[in-house]
Amino acid sequence: MAKDLANAKSPVKGGRPPMKRGKGDFKVIGRLLKILFKNYKALLIGVCICLVFSAISGSVAGVFLENIYKQIDNYFTGAMTQHEAWANVITVLIVMLSVYAVGWVANFFLGQLGAVLTQRYLRDLRNDMFDKMQRLPIRYFDRTAHGDIMSIYTNDVDAIRQLISQSIPQLIMTMITLVTLTCIMLYFSVMLWAVVVVGVIAILFVTKKIGGKSAKYFMAQQKSVGKVEGFIEEAMNGQKVIKVFCHEERTLKDFDKTNDELCDVSEKANGFSNMLMPIIHNIGNIMYVVIAFIGCGIYILTEGKGINISFESLFAGNGFVETLTIPVVVAFLGMARQFANQMGQISNQINSVVMAMAGASRVFGLLDEKPEDDNGYVTLVNAKYDENGNLAESKERTGIWAWKHPHSADGSVTYTLLQGDIVLDDVDFGYDENKIVLHNISLYAKPGQKVAFVGATGAGKTTITNLINRFYDIADGKIRYDGININKIKKGDLRRSLGIVLQDVNLFTGTVMDNIRYGKLDATDEECIAAAKLAGADDFITRLPEGYDTELTNNGANLSQGQRQLISIARAAVADPPVMILDEATSSIDTRTEAIVQRGMDKLMEGRTVFVIAHRLSTVRNADVITVLDHGRIIEKGNHEKLLAEKGTYYQLYTGAFELE
Amino acid sequence: MLRKLAKSLREYKAATIATILCMVVEAAMEVLIPFLINQFGTCVQPGIDLPPNVNGMILYGCLMIGAAAVALVAGMFGGKFCAKASAGFAKNLRRDIFENVQTFSFSNIDRFSPSSLVTRLTTDITNVQMSFMMLIRTAIRSPLMLIFSIIMSFSINTTLPVIFFVTAPVLTFGLIIIATKAMPIFKKLFKKYDAMNESVQENISGMRVVKSYVREDYESQKFSNVSNELCEDFTKAEKILAFNSPIMQICLHGALLAIAFFGSRIILFGNSGLNSFGLQALTTYSLQILMALMMISMIFVMIVMSLESARRIVEVLDEKSDLSNPENPVTEVKNGDISFENVNFKYSEKAEKNALEDVNLNIKSGQTVGIIGGTGSSKTTLVNLISRLYDVTEGSVKVGDVDVRDYDMEVLRKSVAVVLQKNTLFSGTIKENIRWGKEDATDEEIVAACKLAQADEFISQFPDGYDTMIAQGGANVSGGQKQRLCIARAIIGSPKVLILDDSTSAVDMKTDALLRAAFKKAIPETTKIIIAQRVSSVMDADMIVVMDNGRINGVGTHEELLKDNEIYKEVYYSQNKVTDAEGGEE
Repeated sequence: MAKDLANAKSPVKGGRPPMKRGKGDFKVIGRLLKILFKNYKALLIGVCICLVFSAISGSVAGVFLENIYKQIDNYFTGAMTQHEAWANVITVLIVMLSVYAVGWVANFFLGQLGAVLTQRYLRDLRNDMFDKMQRLPIRYFDRTAHGDIMSIYTNDVDAIRQLISQSIPQLIMTMITLVTLTCIMLYFSVMLWAVVVVGVIAILFVTKKIGGKSAKYFMAQQKSVGKVEGFIEEAMNGQKVIKVFCHEERTLKDFDKTNDELCDVSEKANGFSNMLMPIIHNIGNIMYVVIAFIGCGIYILTEGKGINISFESLFAGNGFVETLTIPVVVAFLGMARQFANQMGQISNQINSVVMAMAGASRVFGLLDEKPEDDNGYVTLVNAKYDENGNLAESKERTGIWAWKHPHSADGSVTYTLLQGDIVLDDVDFGYDENKIVLHNISLYAKPGQKVAFVGATGAGKTTITNLINRFYDIADGKIRYDGININKIKKGDLRRSLGIVLQDVNLFTGTVMDNIRYGKLDATDEECIAAAKLAGADDFITRLPEGYDTELTNNGANLSQGQRQLISIARAAVADPPVMILDEATSSIDTRTEAIVQRGMDKLMEGRTVFVIAHRLSTVRNADVITVLDHGRIIEKGNHEKLLAEKGTYYQLYTGAFELE
Repeated sequence: MLRKLAKSLREYKAATIATILCMVVEAAMEVLIPFLINQFGTCVQPGIDLPPNVNGMILYGCLMIGAAAVALVAGMFGGKFCAKASAGFAKNLRRDIFENVQTFSFSNIDRFSPSSLVTRLTTDITNVQMSFMMLIRTAIRSPLMLIFSIIMSFSINTTLPVIFFVTAPVLTFGLIIIATKAMPIFKKLFKKYDAMNESVQENISGMRVVKSYVREDYESQKFSNVSNELCEDFTKAEKILAFNSPIMQICLHGALLAIAFFGSRIILFGNSGLNSFGLQALTTYSLQILMALMMISMIFVMIVMSLESARRIVEVLDEKSDLSNPENPVTEVKNGDISFENVNFKYSEKAEKNALEDVNLNIKSGQTVGIIGGTGSSKTTLVNLISRLYDVTEGSVKVGDVDVRDYDMEVLRKSVAVVLQKNTLFSGTIKENIRWGKEDATDEEIVAACKLAQADEFISQFPDGYDTMIAQGGANVSGGQKQRLCIARAIIGSPKVLILDDSTSAVDMKTDALLRAAFKKAIPETTKIIIAQRVSSVMDADMIVVMDNGRINGVGTHEELLKDNEIYKEVYYSQNKVTDAEGGEE
């Protein structure tokens, strides 16, 4: 069906239009965060508190170490005895231990709360996406490659997980650490801090240069990977064809081209990103050495009276300027290194932020898709005849259904018996507004009648059935169901009143019983088995090792095509709608099964209005109306005898194969 | 296994070794710097009442700058080489697998499903590539770093590094316990996660069913049940994993505290020449040692995870084609005569039952032969032996009076064109696709072949005609159109034998009939073998073969078979049931 559509629509370059590949910008991240703020306030606050505590406790080590070095220095300069110094050291260590301990606790809770937050966020995101997807019109699924939709659920959600669980906390942590470190460094020595600033500028410069290149090539790599994977998928699935045409070497040559291309960009992308860390790290090392050099140089050249500008002395009331001491220099060494490494952490997250942005924009793209609109107000209700013989709504299941039609003009409600009378009146339709593929289609089906569509592939047989259940909306004309314009009927109720057996069978993971029950969720086992018997499926199902409890996976891969078809017929039978749309299978099932399937379909058709998309003229003969379609127009209409007598296309089709001999 | 993989390194061996060397140099420098800062510090504060050693300071200062510069350069090049080596390794590995798959015979292909081959060529290779990258960057660097750092810290002070011997095992032990506890849970969860994604996939492809039965809410409910459960499970597992970070911190901070405590004590009360620079150096070492340990445990986990991928890759690389060209191959197929002589065939040696049993058949050049029979009756198996897609188990198959095993395989397959049942087109223009059958075909030849295959009409209706791009897997043409394109592709090479394996199932009856008429007129010399489900597709053939259960059940013309073949009769009447039933009433 999707193929039909793509074909009818446009056999243009590249087939389906590729999905919108959002580039992603920071707005997207903002939206992600907004959701976070809105829905997980308590958790988020908890996580943030933990983050702050953990970051600060990790970065204040410098203060304590400086203090310890100072005590040691006091001993070296003879300002204190070793015992006095030791006592001070112990005090500092105890404070240090308690600060660390707070950090440990914060870190522990950060991990626990973070896990909950991330997983809930992802769960809600997935649920929202799936809910949204259920509301989208069929058009979306016909137009979008299913692999692209899947990749939103897998790759894009994963990129967001990376962002929420790692990048954002890491970036916040880094920011807090950098701020804390800056404060501490400024406190100790403005001068040495200036050295760090120079280093930071160098790091920023390098990150921008190399990081930018790396991001660029990562994007190129992503594209190249897609290309190679596409090639591989095609080749592996067509391997037998390649073999039959002795095309191995050519294929390998083509493969080499894309493969080399991938290698090339991948080398560049990874090369740049691999370079970044060592460069930043070693700029940190150089900073470390320069600080040691300058600090100690000043200290020694001024014979211990070196000048230092620091807030420490300012706060101590000694003015802004004091002597630079060795403990300050040594403490700075560690802090400078930590600062550089934290900067490295930021650059590490760049790629995943970029990926998450692209991923999030696709996720939001899906969430922002326009849902299938439904302005219908006529609903399907259980009905019964009251004492006056009028149709009235009933609360119980009566087996009688009626359309409940409220009239807004006078506030009255009328009930129409559900019968399955369908009229198409001068219907035009195009998948694209400006390309009409069905022209002036008019036909009617009285309750219980069988209407068959005959015609070449692409003549518009499937398209018509897509209009009756409103998978697509008509461009012009009217379709009436029991006299009611189907635009007024709630889509769900309209579809409930129509059964459909598609050419491509889709079964769901679950037992055979579950799959049959899909047609009517509250059906009893007996009802399901009865439906299977009607469809002629009971026979093979009971012969399966687990019978009706046999688990189906992978679209029923463990069953034959014909068996799957039978289950789908049973599924329609249990739903028991007054109108059926049947698309006969063209795919090769062996003749015996085919006969069984045909019998099942015949049984299903009994007493219903049926639209059949026929591929075999033998099934068409007993139809009440045979509609011959060609290029989206009805060219002949009538029963078998009438059409034969007309000696038109149908006559040629029917007799053609024999005539050509 | 690893040796097998390493073979794919080839021209990237140099880059690999260069990476390792750069990493070793970088590690050495990295370890040297804290040592130098300690030396530097000893010059600054040689001890109480000793003057600072300025010359020493300058010397060590310069050495440190030099070391940092060398580390920077080495690190940069290490990263570059590493990217080169790993990208190249992945490329070669991918090529090797792909190349080997190209040599596969049909039975080799049957052993691997396409999707499993795709996974091996994509995900598995990525996994191995990542591990390889980690391996050459850190597997040698980290242990070296560990050892160097320990040695260097001993050179600064002989007692303090003992602290590492306490913290390191605690850390390693902690990480391993968490990893071993979390890994199996994650393994199980990923399976569940895959199952969830599969159900999404199912929902997407079954959307018409979902909407027809108005099961949107039901599906949403079903999905959220699974997704909620998964969320709970993942949260539990992640919580275990989240212990990593506090444990690492406790070890690191613990080591820092211990060094500060014992270090200060030694400086204040011992007489060891240690000063605050030395403490600084030791804290740096403790950082490096713990980092190295973490890296090693990470590599360990990563390698364990990618071993399975490596195994799957090697499995494909080890698969050898079971068909090969004969030594002095016959390079011309004389005509389209085909004969089966006492052929028995089974798909694998272990199979109990023969897929074909005692098949004898003679087909004359130019004949049209129909083959009919139920699923599993080995129709496809029979024709696959003709172009030697499989080798017979016993007996022989001859084309043009020569055993197919004596031909050059390429020559044979060019002369025996097969339109497979599960056929595919490839992305590219229609023209390019048709040229698969004959590389140097002119545009006129292509049009002629398409006309013959009844494809010209719809092709010329496309806006781009013969230059229309076919999407991946032929997604933008209908089933019937695809089949006709596949037929055109097969006949353009003017084969001696043309085999259509249920290749017109999606083509409507009229076109099907036109197709057969065209064959008869345009390629009378070519032997045509048609497998079909519809009797109408074969009833006008010169000879019809009825297959049942791997044996030939009957051979004859339509009339003959209708008279005396039960299976044929049953098939015929079941397909023409309505006609006859009603015919009786009329």
